[in-house]
Amino acid sequence: MSNTDFVLAVEGLTVSFDGFKAVNDLSFYVDENEIRVIIGPNGAGKTTVLDLICGRTKATEGSIRFRNREITRMREHEIVRTGIGRKFQNPSIYGDLTVFENLEISYPKGRSVWGALTFKRDAEVIKRVQEVAEMIFLADLLDKQAELLSHGQKQWLEIGMLLIQDPELLMLDEPVAGMSVVEREKTAELLRRISQGRSVIVIEHDMQFVARIADKVTVLHQGKILSEGSIDKVKNDPKVIEVYLGH
Amino acid sequence: MTIKPASLLPGGNLMGYALLALLLLLVLPLALDLFRLNLIGKYLTYAFVAVGLVLCWGYGGILSLGQGVFFGLGGYAMAMFLKLEASDPESTKIQSTPGIPDFMDWNQLTELPWFWQPFHSFSFTLLAIVLVPAIIAMVIGLAMFTRRVGGVYFAIITQALAAILTILIIGQQGYTGGVNGMTDLRTLMGFDIRTDGAKYLFYYLCVLLLFGCLGLAHYISKSKLGRLLVAMRDKEDRVRFSGYDVAAFKIFVFCMAGVFSAIGGAMFTLQVGFMSPTLVGIVPSIEMVIFCAVGGRLSLIGAVYGALLVNFAKTSFSESFPELWLFAMGGLFIAVVMAFPNGLAGLYNSYVAPHLARLIARWLPATTEPAAVPAIEAKQPQGAQP
Repeated sequence: MSNTDFVLAVEGLTVSFDGFKAVNDLSFYVDENEIRVIIGPNGAGKTTVLDLICGRTKATEGSIRFRNREITRMREHEIVRTGIGRKFQNPSIYGDLTVFENLEISYPKGRSVWGALTFKRDAEVIKRVQEVAEMIFLADLLDKQAELLSHGQKQWLEIGMLLIQDPELLMLDEPVAGMSVVEREKTAELLRRISQGRSVIVIEHDMQFVARIADKVTVLHQGKILSEGSIDKVKNDPKVIEVYLGH
Repeated sequence: MTIKPASLLPGGNLMGYALLALLLLLVLPLALDLFRLNLIGKYLTYAFVAVGLVLCWGYGGILSLGQGVFFGLGGYAMAMFLKLEASDPESTKIQSTPGIPDFMDWNQLTELPWFWQPFHSFSFTLLAIVLVPAIIAMVIGLAMFTRRVGGVYFAIITQALAAILTILIIGQQGYTGGVNGMTDLRTLMGFDIRTDGAKYLFYYLCVLLLFGCLGLAHYISKSKLGRLLVAMRDKEDRVRFSGYDVAAFKIFVFCMAGVFSAIGGAMFTLQVGFMSPTLVGIVPSIEMVIFCAVGGRLSLIGAVYGALLVNFAKTSFSESFPELWLFAMGGLFIAVVMAFPNGLAGLYNSYVAPHLARLIARWLPATTEPAAVPAIEAKQPQGAQP
């Protein structure tokens, strides 16, 4: 357990569900401003790793440190407040509220009960919502009920909801799943843009998309790291070809 | 940007509140005799519970089948004060222990139990009406919501609590008056609560307090907290991972619903003149949910009408067909859930409101412009759209 300069340091992380180790003695480090992509076959433990970092699942062993601060035992909302944002696999937005309200709720102010009661929709909030909405291509749809957005737009909205929190570490679980080719390209560009000044962890299957965005790729297999490095190194790793990419 | 979640029925515009106030403060007192008005006052005490349920269940998605517990706590607190006042040594001198409530004497108690002592004080009683339910709701909330107990499980547990409290009250009759409840309540600080004047006074007090609760509930529902509740009902995890302590918000709204119910309970005791365990248990608790559902679980005003109408129907129906009432009630609940899930407010909004709006628009063409929209919408750029 050493102090590191990394944004995120995961060391010896293990979680076991009734004896089955979904993540087994995993260690990896994420740098400042890095886009890290995690790939791997189904059941490799990718989503579980994100669950562990954001506190949804509690680790059996090991440590997760965010800017040298131990977050392994913190509660979910406390982890979020340290500066970690997480997007779920299925677009997770509030269908009953408008796009504006979705973004506003995610704005990091008035997070206590009293704060929420006395929260004022001031010019600053409106400006910030407007900015983010433009970034995620939804500036024209602020008044629309979120349920009525297309699948791709919902994915963007959720990315926007994270963005408005301005997290230092952003975790995205399959952000382009179910998107059209055009949407994928826009999303790749979006991710490139929003990763300025923050670190991003992405889980993704689409290798073309991975190649476009990744600084570094981690391949998980059966809860362990199979390979790690640049996309080219990983692509040509015989072990990765064997279990994941196929011949 | 108007603060109107697209799916939410308007919890009530000014017009709706004004009409309700007109009906309750003017029309009904003028149109009904005192006996019927007192009945309306009794129905309104359930409206407090229904308004709380709109926040808790309609907005927050927390279905409590145990609101009778809080109604009872408020009602009993008030009844304890009134009972002590009615049990002065002078009027209880034929008891073997004068100065304690009659049912205690019948149960061979020889002194006032410690938890009865502070109810000699009216200010303590008023505090207790608000604080005891709030604290109990908080304890339940802490135990349930921080462990992520929700949905059906929470509903069942609250139902069990209603059963527990009833059994406790009936079982401890020396301390609580048992199954008969607390009866023979006479005066409030020397003021006879059984006179016609008192009945009018309490009716108006009840309406005013109800509007106080409505105002508070309206404020909450229109604040960011109201939107958060709707968001939690939909995607609890997303709210949690946006940095909110979901349990704290649930506890807050559950406490609010409990306090509203307790105020209703206290007004019940004042207007009806007794409190009994039949108002606490499972059946009344479920009935309270039905009031809310019939009125429309997303409409604060609807909840008041729901409580009034269902109770009115109950009274008239059970006068003529006492044994059929329960079936009618069950049928009503099923009908509401199956046929019009948004209750009366939903029916109003989809069938009546559009016609009204058209009528008003014809008469007052100038005033139908929507509320002023802040600059945000004016300067929306043409964003890229897929």
